[in-house]
Amino acid sequence: MLGGVSSDTIKDEVAKLEGEIPKLIVQELQISLLRVSKERAITREHLKGIIDSVRQSFFKSIVEPGEAVGTVAAQSIGEPGTQMTLRTFHYAGVAELNVTLGLPRLIEIIDARKTPSAALMSIYLKKPYASSLEKARSFAQKIELTTIEDIALQTEVDLISTVFLITMDRSRMKRRELKPIDVADTIKTIPKVEVDIDGYKLSLKPTTGSLSELRRIVSKVRDLPLRGLKGVTRVVVKMEDNEYVVYTEGSNLAGIMEMSEVDTSRTSTNNIHEIESVLGIEAARRSIMNEAIKTLDEQGLDVDIRHIMLVADMMTASGTVCQVGRHGVSGDKSSVLARASFEITTKHLFDACMHGESDKLDGIIENVIAGQPIPVGTGSVDLVMRREGEGGGK
Amino acid sequence: MMRVPKLIDGIDFGLMSPDEIRRISVTKIVAADTYDDDGYPIDRGLMDSRLGVVDPGLRCRTCAGRSGACPGHFGHVELSRPVIHVGYVDNIYDCLRAICKNKDCGRIHLSEQKIENFRNMMEESKKSGGKWWEISNQVIKSANAVEKCPHCREKKIKTKFEKPTTFVEGKNRLTPSDVRERLERIKDDDAFLIGIDPKTARPEWMVFTVLPTPPVTVRPSITLESGVRSEDDLTHKLVDIIRINQRLSENIEAGAPHLIVEDLWELLQYHVTTYFDNSVSGIPPARHRSGRVLRTLSQRLRGKEGRFRGNLSGKRVDFSARTVVSPDPRISINEIGVPAYIAKILTIPIRVTEHNTEELRNIVRRGTDIFPGANSVISPEGKRFDLRYADREEIANNLVPGFLVERHLKDHDIVLFNRQPSLHRMSIMAHEVKLLPGRSFRLNLSVCPPYNADFDGDEMNVHAPQSAEARAEARILMRVQEQILSPRFGGPIIGGIQDHITGAYLLTQRGRLLTRDRVQQLLSYAGILSDIPKPATTEKGIEYWTGKQIFSLLLPKDLHMTFKAKICENCTHCKKEECEIDAYVTIRDGQLKSGVIDANSYKALDKCEILDRIVKDYDTNIAREFLDNVTKLSIASSAMFGFTTGIDDEDIPPEAQERISEGIDGAKKKVDKLIEVYNSGELEPLPGRSSLDTLEMRIMELLAETRDNAGMIAEEYLGLNNHAVIMARTGARGSMLNLTQMAACVGQQSVRGERLSRGYRGRTLTHFKHGELGADARGFISSNYKSGLSPLEFFFHAMGGREGLVDTAVRTAQSGYMQRRLINALQDLRVEYDGTVRDDRGVIVQFTYGEDGIDPARSDRGKAVHIDKTINKVLG
Repeated sequence: MLGGVSSDTIKDEVAKLEGEIPKLIVQELQISLLRVSKERAITREHLKGIIDSVRQSFFKSIVEPGEAVGTVAAQSIGEPGTQMTLRTFHYAGVAELNVTLGLPRLIEIIDARKTPSAALMSIYLKKPYASSLEKARSFAQKIELTTIEDIALQTEVDLISTVFLITMDRSRMKRRELKPIDVADTIKTIPKVEVDIDGYKLSLKPTTGSLSELRRIVSKVRDLPLRGLKGVTRVVVKMEDNEYVVYTEGSNLAGIMEMSEVDTSRTSTNNIHEIESVLGIEAARRSIMNEAIKTLDEQGLDVDIRHIMLVADMMTASGTVCQVGRHGVSGDKSSVLARASFEITTKHLFDACMHGESDKLDGIIENVIAGQPIPVGTGSVDLVMRREGEGGGK
Repeated sequence: MMRVPKLIDGIDFGLMSPDEIRRISVTKIVAADTYDDDGYPIDRGLMDSRLGVVDPGLRCRTCAGRSGACPGHFGHVELSRPVIHVGYVDNIYDCLRAICKNKDCGRIHLSEQKIENFRNMMEESKKSGGKWWEISNQVIKSANAVEKCPHCREKKIKTKFEKPTTFVEGKNRLTPSDVRERLERIKDDDAFLIGIDPKTARPEWMVFTVLPTPPVTVRPSITLESGVRSEDDLTHKLVDIIRINQRLSENIEAGAPHLIVEDLWELLQYHVTTYFDNSVSGIPPARHRSGRVLRTLSQRLRGKEGRFRGNLSGKRVDFSARTVVSPDPRISINEIGVPAYIAKILTIPIRVTEHNTEELRNIVRRGTDIFPGANSVISPEGKRFDLRYADREEIANNLVPGFLVERHLKDHDIVLFNRQPSLHRMSIMAHEVKLLPGRSFRLNLSVCPPYNADFDGDEMNVHAPQSAEARAEARILMRVQEQILSPRFGGPIIGGIQDHITGAYLLTQRGRLLTRDRVQQLLSYAGILSDIPKPATTEKGIEYWTGKQIFSLLLPKDLHMTFKAKICENCTHCKKEECEIDAYVTIRDGQLKSGVIDANSYKALDKCEILDRIVKDYDTNIAREFLDNVTKLSIASSAMFGFTTGIDDEDIPPEAQERISEGIDGAKKKVDKLIEVYNSGELEPLPGRSSLDTLEMRIMELLAETRDNAGMIAEEYLGLNNHAVIMARTGARGSMLNLTQMAACVGQQSVRGERLSRGYRGRTLTHFKHGELGADARGFISSNYKSGLSPLEFFFHAMGGREGLVDTAVRTAQSGYMQRRLINALQDLRVEYDGTVRDDRGVIVQFTYGEDGIDPARSDRGKAVHIDKTINKVLG
């Protein structure tokens, strides 16, 4: 044993910081001190010095009231935008799938687009499926959307005998582990169709025999999902950290979450709106953060998480995911002048008159317009000099 | 507590009633003319002198003020027939559809029950300060769904809206008079449901009977050099309105046929419409005689150059200067070199007190031309004396406390320095003035990263703050030394760049020994006045100092640090102090014991360990001093030891070239083989990819590897003594990839992340066969920049290069707009005294800023406390 204080003393002393300093830091300090104490002696003075120094640097780094954190956050995310690449669709991580990256992706996130240009799900699996390639593969097969188009060698419409003929591709059918009878069964779910199977040939005939019925059947059958989830167009299985993970192009979180093979706690999508509707607004906030961080990190840009957090919080503060822009956060501002100076100036002014709105001049831009000090930073405090003789002066 | 009164506490919006328009009007305007033959404004004309004055010499007949003092006054035009306001057509349309057309009813098409419900919702919303009018969308929707009026059982007739201002009910066209009548019948309570606050607006006010005419100050006429008057676009438009209005009323009085009256009425509507908005769809925009589209009211407000974004959110300022910037490594980062001709124009107002009267008198005596002088003096009564023309001696002698002297900028004044685009707060920082000869602003090289400035012709702006409060804020909050840490990631954004790094590397290299005269030369260049330490070695009676010793002179005496330098090769087993390339940096008691100084020590936007530590653990003064000195010392070192790079740095021996071209040839053959496999249809495609995609990916991979291998061969022959390599390895400038491309092989060119394929049908150039997929045919450049590119390679290189250019152009536009939106959305957020983050309404966005209340700019790269560093610091 080295000299210096015992590990119990360290624990006791460090525990005194609790309540003053966030728990996480206290825990980290304790762990680090215990580790170091095994290598070097920590005297009582050292311990006191370390604890004081930790306390000091914590209080030194607290935000000051009045700090314009919003503007700083916006600048911190906007400024590196100029350094990002514009190249959409590059391969990151999963070579087989397209991902939107760089500036276009960042814009997509803060725009809160309803559907991302490259939707992507990462599906983690439960125990037996995650460890076996075969099981993971068959799960992947199960969710991949397969339509007649995918397996048909040839389709033709015979108008004379009002028959829709489908010739299926043997090898493709085999790869997808589908049999003609399965396909026929699925097609039978469409009302008013007769299906004849002849090897790998299917002939569909409307029960009424009318041409318009045939056309209806053709269009219905063409995008009839034979198997899989709606929206999931491509599936790739990948080995990652000693388990098999399924990546999909196209997203259908609600569908995936209901499947028993899926580890729902880790499975995710890059479609923020889908997360909002399936998992709720807090999950959406987290997802905005994760997606933004991922995009920035991938470009090698260092942006503090607090800035991204603030943007995510602002986008979700109303309870639904709002776009950063005229149809979201900016359009919902209470100040008429703030809205008018952003976009669609005249409309906002006309409407404000009609509704009899009044601008309280509490925001930044309104006061800039009025030529007055802005209510952040040093502008959020007033100093009043108490002159001698004027009550209270010494 | 006493509150300093705001100048403007709030702004209420509302519609003006015809009565109010008449009430604020100073005159009714009847004449469509502006000036008479003598150039005087015509009475009751558009330039009536009761509307205010713009020409010097005349007095306003309303307020007796002269041009400049008179703000202008509104007049009005009595319209002979009502006219619809374009801005409100949508709302009028909503009203027409939602309101019963029955003359005796005029109620909203909703049952009493529904009215009650909606009213309660809206009252509730209004009470809580919400946007109550947003509910009116639902009101209108459900009113539109009704077939018959629930109040009088009148059947509804479909009303159609024809752009821009026409309403057709069934088959009848509604005239603005009809529309106005219907709007008049709407009860206040119903208007409220439609979203019109009866306290500030009535529906019928959306149809004009009286048109306010803005004062002449809003539409000044300009006199050209030739003496010809040129009227503002608004005046032109008003002339049109008045002229048609007059003709209309004459025709009505004369009992002209209905058709003619109707036509004139429509023309009046057109003119009033374009007067408000000249970009309404559905009608041709009004044009000037020359064919230019008129810029009317809406156009004045809208868009980037409009009133809101162009004049109200961003204003033009006095006391500013702009010129080209150039570098000066010998001034402090806090300073800015200002040329004398600018210092003599920018002024700072100084109040005369008992203590500075004499000093200011001398300044005043020197006048405007001799530095340091003054440009004007303002008496306590507010009278301004321009020192160019006044008797300076007399003014100086009469200077007593209470006067204000606008003196020239001089050394140590604080000014704001800015470079556009101002993307973050470090784009405007406060500098201390240092007067320097020349005609350009001078800045220290370490502040280039925050401004993103270089010296290829960049211009920058200076602003001289005018109040003591502003100057104090600038000095305390905005000074360069306070901005060393970027709030973006909590690391230094101001630090060494380029030669600063190589210089320090050369100085602190292992085995660098300096004689006394060299040490003194270095220190004197850097302006370091500390004592020279004991020599490290003495050989044959000559004392030698190591470069590390000299560098250590700049470090704080109690600094302990251990980190790895940029040149570290990340060996699996670190030999620490015994590292062959001296990449293990240890600092004990402010002495650099081992390791070299490079980008990881003090480069801006990099790891920047030493500078980072100094700013955070000491204070910004010490950090500034360190940075000022270390950059000067580095530059002195690279001058002393010599550092240059040229094309011969990329020379590699013939055997290396041989090896490289062998590698490339081999790769090309492999590519051909891959293509063969592909052509035979035996290429196993990757899951979810076509076999052509797979082939492309495989080839790209292979060729990238080939280039890297070529680079590695070249690297073997370019040692750490090569200056280009030193720059790349220490992180000063350039990368090994750059060197590879210069010395070995440029590599694959790409457009949109794919090998080049466009140009001719099935091939890039006619030199290749149709559908050729080989390396050369698809833009692989096997040459290097040094030996030069073949014509075909050169063309491919230009293709790739063009994409880069287009990319940057598009990117700046996109990211600029993104930043504007972000700023607009977030600018009202601030931290309150209770630690919450709230917007201007007081809505809480975060309960604790960033979940821990830590300011990223004060944090250690995002962490409040860096525990390991703290422990090491205390334990030593």
